[in-house]
Amino acid sequence: MEKLTILADAAKYDAACTSSGVVRGGKPGGIGTATNSGCCHTFSADGRCVSLLKVLYTNHCCYDCAYCVNRRSNDVPRTAFTPRELAELTIQFYRRNYIEGLFLSSAVLKSPDFTTERMIETLRLLRTEYRFNGYIHAKAIPGADPGLTYELGLLADRLSVNIELPSESSLKLLAPDKTKSAIFTPMAQIRDGSEQSKAELKLYRNAPRFAPAGQSTQMIVGATPESDHHILSLTQGLYQKYHLKRVFFSAYMPVVSHKNLPAPVDFKPPLLREHRLYQADWLLRFYGFTAQEILDDSHPNFDAALDPKSDWALRHPEFFPVEVNRADYEAILRVPGIGVRGAQRIVTARRCGPLTFEGLKRLGIVMKRAQYFITCSGRMLPGLRCSPEGVYRRLAGLEQAELGGAGWQQMTLFDGNVS
Amino acid sequence: MTAYRYDGSFAGFLTCVWDALENGIEPTAFLLPDDGITLWEERELATNEEKARRLYAALAKRTSGRFRHFIAWGFLTCLPEREMALFTLIQRGMTKGNRAAMDLSDPVMARVMLAYQKLATEQDHLKGFVRFSELDGAFLVGEIEPKNRVLPILAPHFAARFSGEKLVLYDRTHREAFFSDRGRWRIIPVEDFQMGNAGRAEKTFRAMWRKYYQTIAIEGRLNPKCQSAHLPKRYRHVMTEFLEDEDSGPAAVLQGGYSLEDGRK
Repeated sequence: MEKLTILADAAKYDAACTSSGVVRGGKPGGIGTATNSGCCHTFSADGRCVSLLKVLYTNHCCYDCAYCVNRRSNDVPRTAFTPRELAELTIQFYRRNYIEGLFLSSAVLKSPDFTTERMIETLRLLRTEYRFNGYIHAKAIPGADPGLTYELGLLADRLSVNIELPSESSLKLLAPDKTKSAIFTPMAQIRDGSEQSKAELKLYRNAPRFAPAGQSTQMIVGATPESDHHILSLTQGLYQKYHLKRVFFSAYMPVVSHKNLPAPVDFKPPLLREHRLYQADWLLRFYGFTAQEILDDSHPNFDAALDPKSDWALRHPEFFPVEVNRADYEAILRVPGIGVRGAQRIVTARRCGPLTFEGLKRLGIVMKRAQYFITCSGRMLPGLRCSPEGVYRRLAGLEQAELGGAGWQQMTLFDGNVS
Repeated sequence: MTAYRYDGSFAGFLTCVWDALENGIEPTAFLLPDDGITLWEERELATNEEKARRLYAALAKRTSGRFRHFIAWGFLTCLPEREMALFTLIQRGMTKGNRAAMDLSDPVMARVMLAYQKLATEQDHLKGFVRFSELDGAFLVGEIEPKNRVLPILAPHFAARFSGEKLVLYDRTHREAFFSDRGRWRIIPVEDFQMGNAGRAEKTFRAMWRKYYQTIAIEGRLNPKCQSAHLPKRYRHVMTEFLEDEDSGPAAVLQGGYSLEDGRK
């Protein structure tokens, strides 16, 4: 019990807790299934989705990263699971429908290879002896032998390598034992392994599946001075170059004090910034935006008062108004207040006849933001008057009300299962 | 002015719809056996599986698989007078085709769509929020109190997931239970479902889960509002992590002598 507490406590700062991206039916004699959209089993008091049993294999670490609770020089109780204990715990939690699977990460015990071997043993026990067919997310340990990482990927559904900090100089400053190349090497290996496996699967049905749910990564925001534009461009690069499924952002929490970190006294974690990054991340992945459109050098950081989509819309008045009865799906998707589902519904519904503002409301389109940017059959919403400044004020007002006024609270952050 | 009386099953409902379409009757209400007497002329129909199946097949041909799925799930929602709304939609679909039936800005469609979405959300939530307890040797038992009739949707999910287990999941609202034995399952009305006590191993795992749940929250970013948005409070009274062990623990003590052998499909 104490072991579980220590090793769960040490793993909780990992943002990723998604169980998505792979579909698997049940197997006779086995236990478990996986669904494409994943499944949240509960939500913790901080509002984050709990989908997987997220633990470290051990918190014994031979590294000394400044931002991390498990660094060698930190005085905390240390412990480790045995593969059997962890497999048994996972199965028992899974049977009771507490969890969707296992998220296994680890501090670096002795060496990256040694740690990876222990993790492989745990997963092998789960997959073969317990015939566990549910979701497994494993952390690839940077610096481990590629052969071992490959073996890990055959047992897990998703692999991830944390890039930790958004630039190499920050990495040098805060994580002296990790290098950029040590992080990007396994990332490239996972990408290639995954693609090769997919290609082989097309030819042979029983080809081994390597990390079928792809890979994700995480970086800490707010511990180092990078701009939002820098982070967002990096994110876009990761999606394009390494075919990541998700990039997670984690607002820096002052868990340890160190001369190279912001002073923990009075430090507020940049939750709003994290929220804006996730909003922009969604724009990249589902709305067809590019990082250069959302932010640029003359406009390197997010507007705290406005969400990135409204911000973009107000800077591009030439794009609006969008005529809902004629515009392309992609154009409708760019209207603030209309999301993927709303845009799809508009496109379906307008086949039956021209849409009116009344009809849009019945489709479930929320007009609060959208009304300033659309026309129905050439007309704006009757009685609506707006100047650019007025629209900005009203949108900012809406945003502030939704964020909970002055004492800012995070809203829908870890809607983690869409990926 | 005709009111249909049927047994409450989906096949029974489709039988009534068949009858109405065939005879050109515009129904004013659909009644269940327990509903009181009305002033309308009544037609009481016995469920005809054959007619129901044929109408079900024809529906997909005239409209689309998507529309049919929408109707089938619509029947499981808790929308008031859902049969009348569904009848309107089926009639429109059968006479005017898919495009007219899928008009999302139509008021009836909008009403059913909203109920459908709530059902979809609830069943999705419950796939995660259901909690099982291992009781009386090898039985996994759980309880839910949903607004919509989600059991027919949850059943195949849990039967496939725990294909090597014996499962019981009781729906308090609709007083029915889902039984599964190694992948084969059935849903049966159960009048009285009683709780028992958990064994020691079960209590240990519950305690570990609670401890894990409390540990995983980051103190610096506590946010009950966000938590409630994702995990509405109405689900919590049957979830292990929000209970203490004295008041939790559904057990497989079933009144009425249902055994899994009877529950086989």
